[in-house]
Amino acid sequence: MSTVSVIYAALFYFATAVLVLGVAYKIYVYAKTPAPLKIPTTPAPLTVAGVVWRMFREVVFFHSLFRGNKWIWLFGWVFHFSLFLVLARHLRYFTNPVWDWVVLIQPFGKYASFGMVIGLLGLWARRFLVARVRFITSPSDHLMLALLVAIALSGMSMTFVSHTDIVSLKAFFLGLIAFDPQPLPADFNLLVHLALVATLMIVFPISKLLHAPGVFFSPTRNQVDNPREKRHLAPWAAELERQSST
Amino acid sequence: MADFEVPKFREIPIIPEPHPGVMAHSKPFVAKEEFQKPLGYPGELVDNWQEAALDKMKDLLGKYRSLRLFLDICVKCGSCTDKCHYYLGTTDAYNMPVARQDLLRKVYRRYFTFAGKFFGKLGIPGFVGAADLTKEVLDEWYSYFHQCSQCRRCSVFCPYGIDTAEISMAAREIMDSVGLGQKYSNEIIGKVFKVGNNLGLPGPALEDTLEGLEEDVYDDTGVHVRFPLDEEGAEILLVTPSADFFAEPHIDGLIGYAKVFHEVGASWTLSSYASEAANFGMFIGSYENMRKVSLRIRKAAQDLGVKRIIFGECGHAWRVAYSFLNTLAGPFDFLDPNYPVPQHICEYTYGLIKEGRLKFDKSQNDHMVLTFHDSCNVARASRMGDFPGGQFVIPREIIKATCNHFYDMDPDTVYDSTYCCGGGGGLLTDDLIELRVKGALPRMEALKRVVEEHGVTHMAAICAICKSQFTKIFPYYGFELDSIVSVHQLVSNAIILSDQKKAEEEASETAEAAETEE
Ligand code: SF4
Ligand code: SF4
Repeated sequence: MSTVSVIYAALFYFATAVLVLGVAYKIYVYAKTPAPLKIPTTPAPLTVAGVVWRMFREVVFFHSLFRGNKWIWLFGWVFHFSLFLVLARHLRYFTNPVWDWVVLIQPFGKYASFGMVIGLLGLWARRFLVARVRFITSPSDHLMLALLVAIALSGMSMTFVSHTDIVSLKAFFLGLIAFDPQPLPADFNLLVHLALVATLMIVFPISKLLHAPGVFFSPTRNQVDNPREKRHLAPWAAELERQSST
Repeated sequence: MADFEVPKFREIPIIPEPHPGVMAHSKPFVAKEEFQKPLGYPGELVDNWQEAALDKMKDLLGKYRSLRLFLDICVKCGSCTDKCHYYLGTTDAYNMPVARQDLLRKVYRRYFTFAGKFFGKLGIPGFVGAADLTKEVLDEWYSYFHQCSQCRRCSVFCPYGIDTAEISMAAREIMDSVGLGQKYSNEIIGKVFKVGNNLGLPGPALEDTLEGLEEDVYDDTGVHVRFPLDEEGAEILLVTPSADFFAEPHIDGLIGYAKVFHEVGASWTLSSYASEAANFGMFIGSYENMRKVSLRIRKAAQDLGVKRIIFGECGHAWRVAYSFLNTLAGPFDFLDPNYPVPQHICEYTYGLIKEGRLKFDKSQNDHMVLTFHDSCNVARASRMGDFPGGQFVIPREIIKATCNHFYDMDPDTVYDSTYCCGGGGGLLTDDLIELRVKGALPRMEALKRVVEEHGVTHMAAICAICKSQFTKIFPYYGFELDSIVSVHQLVSNAIILSDQKKAEEEASETAEAAETEE
């Protein structure tokens, strides 16, 4: 096996570990940190089922963002929905046999990459063109967009320009999953694409990308509006109560 | 009139360009030792304030998921940037909600995240939006976290519900804990601890005031409407903002509540110990202080042996009451379980209207054309009634039951999109008047439009702070200062008291009798 293959195998083990452990740790912290007060942004649902529906609308349709700003919503939603299709399509490289629904969306997943790029460029343009957004943008925000655009473009170059050796690529990833590393085709576009993806995976748990798992923990969106009916008490607040009553 | 420029009405509401720092000079008076100590805070900025501030921040990050999560997950999308009335009114870039959060977030990133620590060591923390905690940063905090009325409008439009109010509260708590408190809020909380209300109005003075009110109402209606104080065994404890005892138009609201109670023969009382619905502990983000203030209400309810608690018209007080009271001072298992604890006076009145137990002569309000200002804390942080959005419907239904002429303002400025009056969140103080005037701009623009389109003459509200704020800033925008009214003032004007009818009939009978005798 070539040095490159070894390096990439190691890189992906490392990136996966960082991503999984990092995000798991963050989720653990979010889940463990109490929300001591009832703070749903009202009007809020009165039942758990209602909260599930509210969250669904947020996560799938970006409902609040839609109310807030149509341009950001348009570019943001197109990007995220395309990303979803593209990611789903990529499952074919990790599953054997490939699941039926993945086969089904394959053509959509291919062209969704354009949606990704358009969405990203739209969002990026706002960072230059809208003074308010320019003001709140830091260098890392640009870099994040650059990274995503580069991932999309390098991936598209293989889909639409010069195909890579998909069979060996799949063997490489299935090998990684089986802890039986296989050689990786030393194709320049592929190496770039994979290196960028690994970078994204590593950056994920230490960046604003945490919004993906984080949104589910947002107390203003995930709390049931029932403070009068049900007493809500955080453990540290209960402790405070105990101490002050003695 | 002022040593600053009152913002001009925008013909078309164009979003202003950001001007960083134009409001950096706006800072409330700092609390002296005498106002810090009773709340458990150091009297002045402590020597090791940096360390102490970071310690406090760490503490809060472990206690409040909102803080930790919101500091982590903002993607800088910009959806919130044009949602804050203070941004629209001042155009200061740091009054964009996300930019305000960033003032705290940059310190969080620098000291509590891997990225910030890493790039901080390299000497370029700014690369990932991190920054050292310096005196300049602390000054920025003091200035801009006192330019947030904690109205939560930004939270409505954020894809993750990031609520800048939570950030402002945490920042104020951090500043308090290092000895940099705000005089206005802290002095007031101290008064509640000492005297029982924000005004520092002691029991006997309150008693006098209430007696005076009874006389006024008697002169006006010929009916003995009572304003009971500290009556043990009463069924209902009314907790109302102390502004209701003396300020205009608040007091007319209080008269309205009393008339409603009187008309249905309810047994009710005020408490001199808990003569305040307001709870400024929320504004300074202090769970402990907010709890201490709340416990006074519990104690009053127990001591007086009441069965129900009802809150008067006040926005943030209703948030604390509706959303937090059960948490802070519950459980209220000693009260009648047939009623929600607590109830809003609007819920109470609306319930009676629906039962047909109140009669109104709407024409008594015919000299007014009304609109309604949704107060932020009621709109976005609480509820009334048993369905989501009841907080919008119920006050409007009361207005419609008592008035003939009512028009809503632009839909983008009411309901959960409502604009703050400009004086909420502990900013209702004269040392922040420039901010208050400028922050009122979006509401004033919306009001102006209904004035022009529908001839609206008065705006009704159910918040003591809103009422005081509008009374103060209306003249800056060319409105009459008495164009703000209490919702229960409208009730008071229109309600037909059965006793009054009797009294009048008797009066006219005697008059007729006198005539025939002649
Ligand atoms: S809307 Fe939310 S995510 Fe977007 S910039 Fe504002 S706070 Fe950040
Ligand atoms: S809570 Fe209100 S005042 Fe504070 S930043 Fe958000 S919109 Fe502005």
